[in-house]
Amino acid sequence: MTTTTPAPAAADTRIRRGRGIPTSALGAAGFAGVILLLELLPRAGVVDARFLPPFSDMAAALTEQLASPAFWDALAATLRGWATGLAIAMTAGVAAGIVIGSVPALRAATASTIEFLRPIPSVALIPLAVLLFGTDMRSTLLLVVYASFWQVLVQVLYGVTDVDPIARDTARSYRFSLWRQVRTVLWPTALPYVMTGFRLAAAVALILEVTGELIIGSPGLGNAIAVAKSSGAVDTMYALVIVTGVIGVGVNLAARFTERRVLRWHPSIRREVAS
Amino acid sequence: MTTSIRRAARRLLLIAGLPAVLVTAWWLATANSTNFYWPPLRTILETFGPTWLEGKLTTDVVPSLARLGVGYVAALALGSGLGVAIGSSKTLRATVEPVLEFFRAIPPPVLVPILILFAGIGDGMKVLVIVSGAIWPILLNTVEGVRSIDEVLRDTAACYRFRTRTRLTTLILRGASPQIMAGARQALSIAIILMVISEMFAASNGLGFTIIQFQRSFALPQMWSGIILLGLIGVALSLLFRLVENRVLAWYFGQRNTQHSGA
Repeated sequence: MTTTTPAPAAADTRIRRGRGIPTSALGAAGFAGVILLLELLPRAGVVDARFLPPFSDMAAALTEQLASPAFWDALAATLRGWATGLAIAMTAGVAAGIVIGSVPALRAATASTIEFLRPIPSVALIPLAVLLFGTDMRSTLLLVVYASFWQVLVQVLYGVTDVDPIARDTARSYRFSLWRQVRTVLWPTALPYVMTGFRLAAAVALILEVTGELIIGSPGLGNAIAVAKSSGAVDTMYALVIVTGVIGVGVNLAARFTERRVLRWHPSIRREVAS
Repeated sequence: MTTSIRRAARRLLLIAGLPAVLVTAWWLATANSTNFYWPPLRTILETFGPTWLEGKLTTDVVPSLARLGVGYVAALALGSGLGVAIGSSKTLRATVEPVLEFFRAIPPPVLVPILILFAGIGDGMKVLVIVSGAIWPILLNTVEGVRSIDEVLRDTAACYRFRTRTRLTTLILRGASPQIMAGARQALSIAIILMVISEMFAASNGLGFTIIQFQRSFALPQMWSGIILLGLIGVALSLLFRLVENRVLAWYFGQRNTQHSGA
């Protein structure tokens, strides 16, 4: 259960002291090294340039892509599918998690079912989705929602169990209404867990979105990669893969930023800022 | 005596109750189904045996699982090995960590078309796909785990002049194992996804290939039985993983429990 505690991201923010050279410079050097390698290996003939074009070709293909409206359409379709799926999974996961988590009988009765359904690989649903919705955006959405829903639900369930019994009893003694109990006692306790679930779900949703587009053929970057591959445009394919990587980094950073923003009152984040 | 029996019965009811209700509901709802897409559960289960247990078990299921096993173990070995090396050097870590974060952020399935270029569509490609996707969570978690090993333990090991080998097994790998296992758990679900995807993309055998074939030829009960089989494999592997984790991390869970109850 080590993955499920809302790990404070302390490690990323602590200032690291290298030997005189700032870490950002070293990181940039790392990137420069990879780019240089990507340029030199095919040029020197170590790797077949048909399989791995030099980096400059990828960059040229990327600029070409950035100028084409079809690329922006695909990007928008991917981001839209990702955001829609994530929003549905978050809403459903949080609602179901709070209801199941706060009723002990319900929680006990559903535990085995959740444990069973969760590890079912979402890609198993691909054939079903294709039959139901064809190559429509909805078939990819089904995968995205299924995969990210469990991430959220499980975290919310952990969060709801974490409520301080004294706080809960106090709220009950003061005859807080049910809604008020949820809002003032349960929600603040569960929020760090909800945000962990959000962070995990955001990454998983992106993977499944692109996978769905790639395999099913619904519109988006994944589909664009499949098209570039089948038309032999290898440098375009690499350019698009780089774009998905950039989106992935963006999603991770945005999720982490949201987490810190929403939890800025929480001791785990405050301690980090103070140190 | 009777209370313990009653308690056991209650536990069994809680564990098996809802699944039984759901399966029965599925069974009844589709019992007389003539809908092409939702065949009766009875038909699905009847086709399960003939479809998977006779013949396909050795031609499709076993090759899939073998590729999964080889890829996952290779990712585990490479990931934790490189992770220990990177985590032990500050400069190296600062240099390569941003690059690794970038590679981790690339959705692994988009690497399938690239790896097909290099390795064709044989077993090698599929194992490579699994390794290339599953390695990142293990690698980055190992780096983090090695980095966060207690300074005092590190100094103690240095004072006692542990040999490199002893230091590696008793201090570094041991100390980092909770994080390594956390990474390995994420990697397992990614590896299963990639096993299926690599076969759906281009293959001549395997689970993913067969299920897509069933879907394309509109063999619906067979397709459903394949979905169920994939689900069962997912569940079985996650149970197996928990078993291994409980063994490997027994010391860690024990320590955490005592700390929690002590505090």
